Amino acid sequence: MAQIRTRPGVLMGRTASGDLGITAVLYVVSLGVALAISAGLVAMVGGSASAVFGALLDGSLRSPGAWGLTLTTAAPLLLVAVGTIVATRGGLVNIGQEGQVLMGACFAGYLAVRLGGPGWFVITMSLLFGALGGGLWAGIAAALRSWRDVPEVLTTLLLTFISFPLMTYGLRQQWLIADRDTERVNQINSGEQLPASAKLPDLRVFGNAIDSGFLIALVLAFVLAVLVGRSVLGARIDMLGFNPRAAQRFGVAAKPLSAVVLVGSGATAGAAGAVLLTGGAASDRLVFGFAGNFGWDGLLVALLARGRIAYAIPMAFVFAMLRTGSSFLASTGVDRKMTDVVQALLVLALLVPPAVIFVRNRRRSLRSDEVGVSTPTAAGAA
Amino acid sequence: MSELLDAIGTLAGSDALYTSAFQLTVLLVFAASGEWVAEKAGTLNISIEGMLLAGAFGSVVGHEWTGSAIVGLVVAAWAGVSVASIQANLSHRLTANQFVVGLALNVLVLGLAAFFANSFDIGPATAAVVRIPVLQDLPLVGTALFARPWPAYLVYPLVPALWWLVYRTRWGLEARSVGEDPQAADVSGIDVNERRRQAIYVTGLTCGIGGAFLVLAQVGSFQTSIVNGRGFVALAAVIFGGWTLRGTILGCGIFGFLEALAFAIPANGYSVDPVILSSTRYVVALLAVLIFATRVRQPRALAQPFVRGLT
Repeated sequence: MAQIRTRPGVLMGRTASGDLGITAVLYVVSLGVALAISAGLVAMVGGSASAVFGALLDGSLRSPGAWGLTLTTAAPLLLVAVGTIVATRGGLVNIGQEGQVLMGACFAGYLAVRLGGPGWFVITMSLLFGALGGGLWAGIAAALRSWRDVPEVLTTLLLTFISFPLMTYGLRQQWLIADRDTERVNQINSGEQLPASAKLPDLRVFGNAIDSGFLIALVLAFVLAVLVGRSVLGARIDMLGFNPRAAQRFGVAAKPLSAVVLVGSGATAGAAGAVLLTGGAASDRLVFGFAGNFGWDGLLVALLARGRIAYAIPMAFVFAMLRTGSSFLASTGVDRKMTDVVQALLVLALLVPPAVIFVRNRRRSLRSDEVGVSTPTAAGAA
Repeated sequence: MSELLDAIGTLAGSDALYTSAFQLTVLLVFAASGEWVAEKAGTLNISIEGMLLAGAFGSVVGHEWTGSAIVGLVVAAWAGVSVASIQANLSHRLTANQFVVGLALNVLVLGLAAFFANSFDIGPATAAVVRIPVLQDLPLVGTALFARPWPAYLVYPLVPALWWLVYRTRWGLEARSVGEDPQAADVSGIDVNERRRQAIYVTGLTCGIGGAFLVLAQVGSFQTSIVNGRGFVALAAVIFGGWTLRGTILGCGIFGFLEALAFAIPANGYSVDPVILSSTRYVVALLAVLIFATRVRQPRALAQPFVRGLT
């Protein structure tokens, strides 16, 4: 099967040469439309948009300890996003992060309750084991891609749906991830509680408990940003994304490199699952549905960041705000699923301006080709 | 393992299994046959999941308004086409990445459906059963095929109609050419992105109807988990079928049968691990993709955006 190529320029935001002003207007308009639709929906169910907005801010920033929790929540999102961004730059469409996060959490949960030794050792090994879990899960898709050219879009997705029942199975087997303490009530379908020593330590800043997982995510983001932006490997990945055939001619081993990048993005998703388990953003034992959409949301963060790891940090924070803020929505009488709608609308809204500018520039350059002008930007904006 | 085989052996003789398998297959056929049209024209449309859910939700809303299943079906079709219009215009007018758009749409529809379903009280919605005399008395498959709620029968004209549309009309020829070689199609005066948009509208229409079928003829009420990844199974069915309509429907049948088995085995008191049952269809889908991906020909420009003057 011919490989499915995406045009990375569109995915990653090939910087438009159009006017800065028009870009700004487009962003304002499309974000405005997204927010107006959200406000309209709130009004439709009889809520007040300003109350909802206030509650979101209270839950995510203003109430005591809130922004610490938001940063803690942002950590797994950012971890998922950074690996996905690298994959996207390499032209790979990994959309199975939810399953990879889940496998990472399961692997980490398996090791964390069994491994003895000092806390830092257990935590480090659990995180690495989590990364291994996510990497292996994505590795299946990578292997199928290398071996048979099966599009990873579909395989990563199908693997996610296989991971859910697989986890349910694990939660019933005590030699896997089920709680080994048969005395505990409700011990069925739940994992073993992590010992306190296996939990990531919190950083205390102004009365906020920030999970050290956030630091891990930031450091990894920095390392990967340097890797893709400043290294030969990064240049090879970009080349692979822009034109795999040309990359192959230039001596990039396209198949192995694609596989490595795909596995790597699975590994960061797996690490996100491990951080979720050992950190403070989710419960400290494995339960069904543990990944809690962190994989899907991290993927959206990555797509919004348009290939720039630096952009993923504020995006992850915004998504984490919507998450932590949504727990305060109950007081306004608006269903908390509202935040899912807002997220999706934001994604669509941020998709439009670069696409509009791309099309506009394209039309212009075609027009100037026709009259024999070689510069793509015609003078005198319409 | 022997218990599993034993269970399958016993169930193979029960018409309840065939009824359930047929129902699940019909849903997949609605979704996959529409998706097949979009893929023939070059779009790997992953918002199919969202289109199905929009259809399912639209049908309960329409039914709630008027109490009529026909209105429910019409609203469902409209809802499916609206999702399709967002997908089509963002990915084939603005040339935004089709996977990103599809993914965001799936999240959006799921969020909207959950939001409205939690905010409003929506009752059950079912369509009347239409029995076809004589044929419904056939052994084993009689009830399964000929005593169904009426939306199920829509699948019989739909499939030949789509075949005729794609292989026997000028539009179909143009859509296929757009999926094979957009540059050549463009040179010969076909509006590539317009054909692709129209193909996505077809997907939206069939998925909207499929969603209505799911509610009106199968489940009887709306839950946000009602589609539960079946759209993605339909995607796998198209690949399984090697981008032929016949093969796609065969794939739907196999996946539908597997899902029916997964429901029927525990319901009949056999203790087979539910993990094996609920993951089988995805594992089979994965294997199908693996086996059939390289052997047969996919539309050459599948999932590749077209911008005039590039590549």
